[in-house]
Amino acid sequence: MTTALEVERLHKSFGKHEVLRGIDLAVGEHEVIALIGASGSGKSTLLRCINLLESIDSGRVYLAGEDITRPRDVNAVRRRIGIVFQSFNLFPHMSVLRNVTLAPRDALGLSRRSAEERALGLLDRFGLADKRDEYPDRLSGGQQQRVAIVRALAMQPELMLFDEVTSALDPELVAEVLEVIGELAAGGMTMILATHEMSFARDIASRVCFLDDGRILEEGPPAQIFTAPREERTQRFLQRIIDAKRL
Amino acid sequence: MAGEGDRRADLEVARRSRLLDELRSGGGGRRSVLIALASTVVFFVAVGFAITHAPGWPEVRRQFFDWHEYRSTFPEIARAFRLNIKIFCISEVFILVFALVLAVLRSLPGPVFFPLRALAIAYADLFRGIPTILVIAMLGFGAPALGLSYIPRSTTVWGIVALVLVYSAYVSEVYRAGIESIHPSQEAAARSLGLTRGQTLRRVILPQAVRRVIPPLLNDFIGLQKDTALVGTLGAVEAFQQSQIDTAATFNFTAYLAAATLFVAITIPLARFTDWLIARDRRRRQSGGLTA
Repeated sequence: MTTALEVERLHKSFGKHEVLRGIDLAVGEHEVIALIGASGSGKSTLLRCINLLESIDSGRVYLAGEDITRPRDVNAVRRRIGIVFQSFNLFPHMSVLRNVTLAPRDALGLSRRSAEERALGLLDRFGLADKRDEYPDRLSGGQQQRVAIVRALAMQPELMLFDEVTSALDPELVAEVLEVIGELAAGGMTMILATHEMSFARDIASRVCFLDDGRILEEGPPAQIFTAPREERTQRFLQRIIDAKRL
Repeated sequence: MAGEGDRRADLEVARRSRLLDELRSGGGGRRSVLIALASTVVFFVAVGFAITHAPGWPEVRRQFFDWHEYRSTFPEIARAFRLNIKIFCISEVFILVFALVLAVLRSLPGPVFFPLRALAIAYADLFRGIPTILVIAMLGFGAPALGLSYIPRSTTVWGIVALVLVYSAYVSEVYRAGIESIHPSQEAAARSLGLTRGQTLRRVILPQAVRRVIPPLLNDFIGLQKDTALVGTLGAVEAFQQSQIDTAATFNFTAYLAAATLFVAITIPLARFTDWLIARDRRRRQSGGLTA
């Protein structure tokens, strides 16, 4: 298996608070990694470090074997990694179609026609074709998040990062977004998702990593992590999830 | 499609609730309208009575409210007022552009850009600190006196330059407030897609920021419109200068009133338009839900 992404002894602090305390993670091509763990365990920060939205204090990150820790051109690296945020972050002053074509046109230099062709293909694939001319504030949260996923996919990234993408959604809207992610996984997209949706993680992930206090405390196939976790802290975390009827 | 119908229904609801609000704020229906009307009439009759019965009123009336004088000076002042409008329009274009450059310079992050940021801050501090009329006098009298052949000699041009310098300082602060009001997640989203800092600014941050600051921008332009009269102090015959000439010739000050009417005829509609924009903005934000 070729390695799509490799993270080596990654450290990151905000002021005096060390959020990531030596993360090692290798992601193979077509692998789906679920990052689980309590709020504040460093899941979001790890994702933001991988696509260089946060600077890295020490350690290394390799994308398809290439060291991207301190690249000469950050933008070139970011074009290869898609990220979707908890709060959608669509551009409110642009239509759906413009949201999706902006980066392909400006960052990849695609012509308007080919960018729109690519965008419409993706919108159609995820049931959003009739929303192409709507503005984000006219869409439901679920639709906005699906557009945000399409916007990232329009860059044809090698790797997709999902940062708690369903946490800001009303419960009845979660399914439509998870369905999209599931379809991407089935299509072979390499992805890392930070999530609180444990049953989804169990169904979709090829590997589950439990983050605790800035370290990956335990990792393994979902069947093992969710049914027979070795670490006591993992057990306690999952027990709390079960008590909250989230698994 | 459903969206269009929804939008129209939303507008209708907003219109009705606004009408209701206006009536409620008075306390209820026709009665409040009558009370407002009566109190206004009483107030103005009282003030009018006090003024017209003042001991100096006949003299003031002759000096400031001479209808014949008003009619005879108005056409010439109105012609001169065209220069005010010209000064206003030309300055405005340069202010909008120059102030935006200043605001962008000031929002550049990182230690490398510290000199540019410091320069922009110093500029805003300096030109907001000096009275406009001083800047106009210094440039208008000073620059042409240099005797350089390659710079304009016209005092009006230097008056415009002075207005641009002063107002850009204010307007750049307005822009900056707009830029800072855009949530950092917008920048994160744009940068994560591989857009450069410049592209992010141009495509994502500025279009949203400028839209938000249009009402305060218009506010500053109401001030600018009035301040075009200051250029007259350099000798250019605009509305204020023309009314000075008229009053000097007749020893009657009604010409000032004529000039004032012309300014008010522009600034009041501009002020109402600004209020309308602000109100529309507020309604949108209240009914629109997600705008961040």
